[in-house]
Amino acid sequence: MKTHSTLLASSAAAVLAIAGALAFNGRVEIAPAPVTSPEIVVIEPGVLSYALPGEYLAGERVVDAPVRELDFKRSFDMMKYQVSVADYALCVAQNICKQADGIFLSDDRPVTGVDFADATDYAKWLSKQTGEYWRLPTDEEWTYAAAERYQEQALGVAEDDGANPAARWLARYRNEAANSAPDSEVKPLGYFGVNSKGVADMSANVWDWTSTCYSRASVEPDGKLGKGVKNCGVRVASGKHRAYMSFFIRSGKSGGCAAGMAPDNLGIRLVREKLTFFAKLNAMLQPAG
Amino acid sequence: MFTRRETLFGVAGAAVIATLPVKAISATEVAALPRKKIDLLSPPFVHEHEQVATGGPKLIEFKLTIKEQPVIIDKDGTTLQAMTYNGSIPAPMMVVHQNDYVELTLVNPETNEMAHNIDFHAATGALGGGALTHVNPGEQVILRFKATRTGTFVYHCAPDGMIPWHVVSGMSGTIMVLPRDGLKDHEGKLLTYDRIFYIGESDFYVPRDEQGNFKKYDSLGESYDETLKAMRGLIPTHVVFNGKVGALTGDNALKSKVGEKVLIVHSQANRDTRPHLIGGHGDYVWEQGKFANAPARDLETWFIRGGSAGAAFYTFRQPGLYAYVNHNLIEAAELGATAHFVVDGEWDNDLMTQVSAPGPSQTN
Repeated sequence: MKTHSTLLASSAAAVLAIAGALAFNGRVEIAPAPVTSPEIVVIEPGVLSYALPGEYLAGERVVDAPVRELDFKRSFDMMKYQVSVADYALCVAQNICKQADGIFLSDDRPVTGVDFADATDYAKWLSKQTGEYWRLPTDEEWTYAAAERYQEQALGVAEDDGANPAARWLARYRNEAANSAPDSEVKPLGYFGVNSKGVADMSANVWDWTSTCYSRASVEPDGKLGKGVKNCGVRVASGKHRAYMSFFIRSGKSGGCAAGMAPDNLGIRLVREKLTFFAKLNAMLQPAG
Repeated sequence: MFTRRETLFGVAGAAVIATLPVKAISATEVAALPRKKIDLLSPPFVHEHEQVATGGPKLIEFKLTIKEQPVIIDKDGTTLQAMTYNGSIPAPMMVVHQNDYVELTLVNPETNEMAHNIDFHAATGALGGGALTHVNPGEQVILRFKATRTGTFVYHCAPDGMIPWHVVSGMSGTIMVLPRDGLKDHEGKLLTYDRIFYIGESDFYVPRDEQGNFKKYDSLGESYDETLKAMRGLIPTHVVFNGKVGALTGDNALKSKVGEKVLIVHSQANRDTRPHLIGGHGDYVWEQGKFANAPARDLETWFIRGGSAGAAFYTFRQPGLYAYVNHNLIEAAELGATAHFVVDGEWDNDLMTQVSAPGPSQTN
């Protein structure tokens, strides 16, 4: 009797081990967890005075970014809340998203410790799961949706004739220091409340990856952009201040430079394209998921 | 009014002072010394003091109250079960002059869990005072020692069997013993500073749970066992200035201006470190912190031995933001050992200028 039960037990263990190994290798199809489309806020059409992201030079001198009047002619849908730990875990469970690096105090907080690629992977996966087209917002869209939570980027250094480059460095530092969050502990979704457009937790202590690339250009006296370069290895993470982060950075604190204020945390908030024919086609053609 | 000795000092000058036979003075003579009571400040600030002493030796009174308390050591809310003198990490910096007497009252309130003491590297005998200053919760003690040697010296808690734990939990500070006639450059000329900052570097060892998250404990006693295991690995989880990641950045960045002469005192009670001012230098540096030795000049990085404090004298020449780091850059950027100086003033194009701003590469 004793021998028999031991045998049974060990063979059962072996079966479990094989099942575990299969699951681990991703060869066992996991029944897809039901993925519901995230709660969204419709961002209505309107206009925005928008300071261009990046760095701008008038001649040899760094100046505040030129401002453009943007007209959002059509509404768009934005996630009301950032992607949560629980949401992101579903994508990880299907071996599409990589494990995130953040500190996860509970499932109902924004996922953090994600880089640009993680954010786009999640968007592709969510598109596949929902049959909708989800993508990262542009910084323009993010800034428009942030409404009164958007913090002025222009430094407005008085009498800046370019003779003292330190004036801008110090102004930026003081600006960012004054706006820094008192603590970087990630709080439950909705903790920081909604803005006038109904979007929650904008400009709190989790920055959102956007698809906008870093750029540097010269500004002509008439305000037009002159020669410039675009660097898409660096993307804009939008939040209390615009952070320019290399695409592979998962922790703003590590990715920040020695002399400056870094984003507290990096997270994900997506927009949903209206389901035009092309959007559907685009979603179908995406490889991930 | 002057005693004979003071008159002699005044006439004979600085060079002779060190070689004069100093006769031990009696307890009554010590009791008769002028007394001065100092209220200590929390680092990076240092209590007001004369750089060149007026008059003869004094008896300087300080008081440290030991506070055991959990403290947050980074922006993620990681908690260290800390032990501190006066509630700050590092403990406050004391400044006296050579041949002054330091009279310390050490208070261990009964709300604490542990016995503590204090070992002054500046003091002679009795394990730096450690053997004479053991206080249980609810006790206090008064120690007097003579500051015979000049320099910046670490002090720390050193209770039997648990010295490293108390030190890496926050119990260290610095005392600076100035020459009576002030600091001197390599040619013996007087150096005076406009500002002094005290930066105390700490290495912390916070245990992690199975998921790799930092653990939090309800009391010191509960934290001891696992903290000791983390310490034995010798790899700190945090290396910070003034007790916390970011304690000296942002709104708390150190402030100065072009032309200002700054003395930065840097201590590390447990582990070697290598301060570096990005974009600046050490004009005059006492790496070992001992002013009887001429300062080294024009240093890029200086080495502070674990268990010592050093001092660097610098005049800011250019405005802007300076990072003051432990130039093990991993410890600076990833573990926390970074401070910032915000320096106002006029830019000097002669020292540096951007000849051509970044723009598209020339193709021809």
